[in-house]
Amino acid sequence: MKITFDWLKDHIKTNLKEKNLLDQLTNIGLEVESVQNLFPGNEIFKVAKIIKTEKHPNADRLKVCNVDVGEKELKKVVCGAANAKEGLITIYAPPGAIIPKTKTKLVEAKIRGVTSYGMLCSESELNLSDESDGIIELSSKYKKNIGKSYFSKSVSNLIDLSITPNRPDCLGIRGIARDLAASGFGKLINLKENKIKSNIKQNLKIKINKEKNQGCDVFGSCLIKNVKNVESPQWLKDKLISIGQKPISAIVDITNYVMLDINRPLHAYDADKIDKSIIVRNSKKGEEFTALDNKNYKLENGMCVISDNKGVLGLGGIIGGTRSGTEFDTKNILLESAYFKPESIRATAKKLNLDTDAKFRFERGIDPLSIEDGLNKAAILIKEICGGEISKIDIQKVKKYKTKTIIFDPGLFEEISSFKISNKEMIKILESLGFKSKKKKKYIELIVPSWRPDISQEVDIVEELVRISGYNKIKIIDPIKERKKSTLNKSQKLFHFLQRSVASKGYLEAITWSFTDSNYNDYFRGSKKEIKIVNPISSELNVLRSSIFSNLMMYMNKNLDRGFKDLSIFEIGPTFTGSNPGDQNTVVCGLSSGKKSRLSWIEKERNIDVFDIKRDVTQTLIEAGYDSGKFFIDSETPNYYHPGKSGRLFLNQGEEQVAAYFGEIHPNIIKNIDMKTESLVGFEIFLENLKLPKKTLNDRKTKFYVSDYQKSERDFAFVVNKNINSQDLINAISSVDQSLISNVKVFDVYEGDNIPENQKSIAISVTIQSFEKTLNDNDLEKINNLIIKTVENETGAKIRS
Amino acid sequence: MSDLKKLKEEFLSKLNNKLNLKEINQIKSDLFGKNGLVSSQFRKIGTIAESERKKFASDLNIIKDELQNLINLKINEIENAEINEKLQKENVDITLPERPFVRGKIHPVSQTIDEISSIFSEIGFSVEEGPDVENEYNNFTALNTPDNHPARDMHDTFYLDEKKEKLLRTHTSPVQIRTMLKDKPPFKIIAPGRTYRSDSDQTHSPMFHQVEGLHIDKNINMGHLKGCLNYFIKEFFEVEKIKMRFRPSHFPFTEPSAEVDIGYEIKDGKIIIGEGDQWLEILGCGMVHPNVLKNVKVDPTKFQGYAFGIGIDRLAMLKYGINDLRSFFDCDYRWLNHFGFDPLDVPTNYRGLSR
Repeated sequence: MKITFDWLKDHIKTNLKEKNLLDQLTNIGLEVESVQNLFPGNEIFKVAKIIKTEKHPNADRLKVCNVDVGEKELKKVVCGAANAKEGLITIYAPPGAIIPKTKTKLVEAKIRGVTSYGMLCSESELNLSDESDGIIELSSKYKKNIGKSYFSKSVSNLIDLSITPNRPDCLGIRGIARDLAASGFGKLINLKENKIKSNIKQNLKIKINKEKNQGCDVFGSCLIKNVKNVESPQWLKDKLISIGQKPISAIVDITNYVMLDINRPLHAYDADKIDKSIIVRNSKKGEEFTALDNKNYKLENGMCVISDNKGVLGLGGIIGGTRSGTEFDTKNILLESAYFKPESIRATAKKLNLDTDAKFRFERGIDPLSIEDGLNKAAILIKEICGGEISKIDIQKVKKYKTKTIIFDPGLFEEISSFKISNKEMIKILESLGFKSKKKKKYIELIVPSWRPDISQEVDIVEELVRISGYNKIKIIDPIKERKKSTLNKSQKLFHFLQRSVASKGYLEAITWSFTDSNYNDYFRGSKKEIKIVNPISSELNVLRSSIFSNLMMYMNKNLDRGFKDLSIFEIGPTFTGSNPGDQNTVVCGLSSGKKSRLSWIEKERNIDVFDIKRDVTQTLIEAGYDSGKFFIDSETPNYYHPGKSGRLFLNQGEEQVAAYFGEIHPNIIKNIDMKTESLVGFEIFLENLKLPKKTLNDRKTKFYVSDYQKSERDFAFVVNKNINSQDLINAISSVDQSLISNVKVFDVYEGDNIPENQKSIAISVTIQSFEKTLNDNDLEKINNLIIKTVENETGAKIRS
Repeated sequence: MSDLKKLKEEFLSKLNNKLNLKEINQIKSDLFGKNGLVSSQFRKIGTIAESERKKFASDLNIIKDELQNLINLKINEIENAEINEKLQKENVDITLPERPFVRGKIHPVSQTIDEISSIFSEIGFSVEEGPDVENEYNNFTALNTPDNHPARDMHDTFYLDEKKEKLLRTHTSPVQIRTMLKDKPPFKIIAPGRTYRSDSDQTHSPMFHQVEGLHIDKNINMGHLKGCLNYFIKEFFEVEKIKMRFRPSHFPFTEPSAEVDIGYEIKDGKIIIGEGDQWLEILGCGMVHPNVLKNVKVDPTKFQGYAFGIGIDRLAMLKYGINDLRSFFDCDYRWLNHFGFDPLDVPTNYRGLSR
């Protein structure tokens, strides 16, 4: 909502300054978004006429215009606007002018070899509107103003307020003034109520159809005959220009002015273009009309339309139609002032994707009792400016306005606000906001003003009182430092732990979108359902991610393109399995590229590999408290991993839920997305599949129990078939005697010379120690033999001699 | 002079010469070898008259100890000298780089969430979560924002179905609904998480982070709300004093509603929180609307309280001087490295937020 202090002063008497005004507006909840001097040095912009246009000799789209700016000689101005043509009256900015929109100073400049003395302006360049398509086209009435300043005098600053959707009353200057006055900023000026005095009957028949979901409750109107639609008087033009609107013609300007001044949208029809009568009704599917924005709209069933015998004239409360629009030659006017239901307005505007000033106001709720005020104010102004005779007001109604009454308990105020004000003060504030009050024992009975659709219960009254008293009066009650419940639950603690555990292994944490490019997502989706976003922000972010890899790969590639080679990044966050709430999993996903020890003077560089990533995964899980002795790992992994160099990890053998996948990313994907790296490995840990620890850290510290008897280490080398996993050998050895075998370690794997094809040699070191005694040679020999026998039996291995 | 004394003098003077290891070992063997001079004296003990035997044995032991100690000392000296000489040749260029290491970092948003959780933990809030995909009811209707409410226009919503029933939550407020439906009052929770709006420019990104706060109990009023936020802002920005301004605003799910600004100024291109006369909006809050409480079966005549919603990314930007919101999600290695935190920097109550 755009206002100026000058306009506010039509409604409020105050000695305070603009600075106070800005503070006060914000303090009562009418937030000041910006303050600007719209037209600094505005007298420099002149009305001008294009006398002649020629094509620019060096540019197809540019024209060289000879412009009459009221001086002896015509000015040569280069202009790119398509609508620049001979005879057009527009606005000229000479060199030295500061263009309001860009705040840049205009200079004489050669444009493609032709010197341009100034510029012809568009509405947007002058901050008059967002219209930047072409230069301003002024009506022929401005002919006599050529050479004169377009803006009459310097005006007060334009203040842009952000009005919250609950306050339609503050979409009019009067409403803002009322709030200010209630807060003590000044005195609300009582307006003289000028009423239409007329004997003429409004003889155009108006009917609101009584039908289901009728969007119009009340339709008030009056006829004004024999008007002469002229250019608005200077005071009116200045008002509209001061808040950035462009004057059009007296009738249009007056309806706009009344809307902005008292938030009462009106519509003026050319009464001669209405076929017999007005019918307010629901539209039928397929009906069409051309609106004042020059667009053709096809309607659906049930939209509230104003029609005549021929068909739709306009959408009630949203936009009028060209067929019945007023023009400079309009003689007879039907002025409409109606109440349209917010929900009907909103539904229609949404379906047609239409946004207008009237719609914005009606959907928030217009004062239903302002119908006659609006007609009176506008009709009398029209008569003053355009002449003519006004008819009596005609009101058609299908629903009566019911006043709202609230029984307010004054005690509630302190209960909610934390501070006290007297009942007298409360009543004073509420009455100055337009409430009517009556004491009823300990309660106050309040009649809510008709312009406040937002107020329906006691707590709304509390808000009004706190707001006007000042939020600075709310006490600061310091919080008590007391905790009754633990801050994080176990899964949140696990999240937190894993996040920092992975980061501590050299990974940079990334946060990427929860959505991704479906093309990338498909690489990592597996058999999961694709979850499309109906209205994505771009085609590259059109699905919810099935895996974090898609985004990490995309960003990894970008970083590689920046010239980095050895990168480790990870993200912990959601992946999605369906479009219902809760169809999501929390995953830690990491990606590592390039080499270890690249260009190191001391260590041999090598490609990062699957065993690097396996270490990161297992170490992380061990640190999180899971027993690596129970881990079960096999090689079944999703198809986005290298089929031979990847694994899946279960916390326990026989468990169904996969705790993690890890491995090299499938080379085909790397090729397809054109990634350049020596090596790329990744992992995924699934948080929901990790059992939460039942024990506390305290419980987990079991009795300290070690053996001080001599331990001995024995090395074995077995030859096995290549398809046998080292894990099988380790399991076999561990199973021999758990009380004696304290550690099993693979220290060499060898294939090649001296080993038969399809076989490999695995060398294992076994630590044997008893809790009861020092083992003698005999004991050790026995266990050695048992180890060899067990491994040979269970895996088909042969001990190497 | 007795033989023993002579023996001692002779060898002490020999040992005082500069000797090499071989020479010392020769002396050692001359004295203590099988037929060494000292060894043979010990064998003589039995032949000495009983009256003198004790003294002789005692003298002999003293001499033996003295000589032996001196020999060991000399050997040690020589060995040490040899080692030192060897070490001299083993000098490395210690300015060569250490073995390579890599350093991971925690994203500033994660760090900020941990900071926020730590601060609210101290005053008794626990952390709740909700799903990223929400239904229309929890995200809007239950929060007193029915379908025809213009406030819905302020949320550019991503939808997952044509009927607009499933969506990506536009704020963390639906966690309020889930929490209150699940349990019984009192409630004292914060809910940090991802939120989504179909908006994208320098100051808006389609995904961002919010933390929701909710405190419902008997007699909780706007003073508690102000006190809680005042405490939070002071702790978060780690300053002694802050300038905070409550301003009336409107959210359908709170009544009265407020927006909170903090005072700041720009000094040497850096933002200083708590000073100056510029205001910066950092959060929205208010008393939970009775309609919301009714929707979750909490009796608004018995319970009341406040809720707030804070933009986490924005807080992180302010605190750590980050200019561009979009850079949070760009995953630029250099940016992550620059603005990220060491994983050991865990914000806690007892240690504080910063080192």
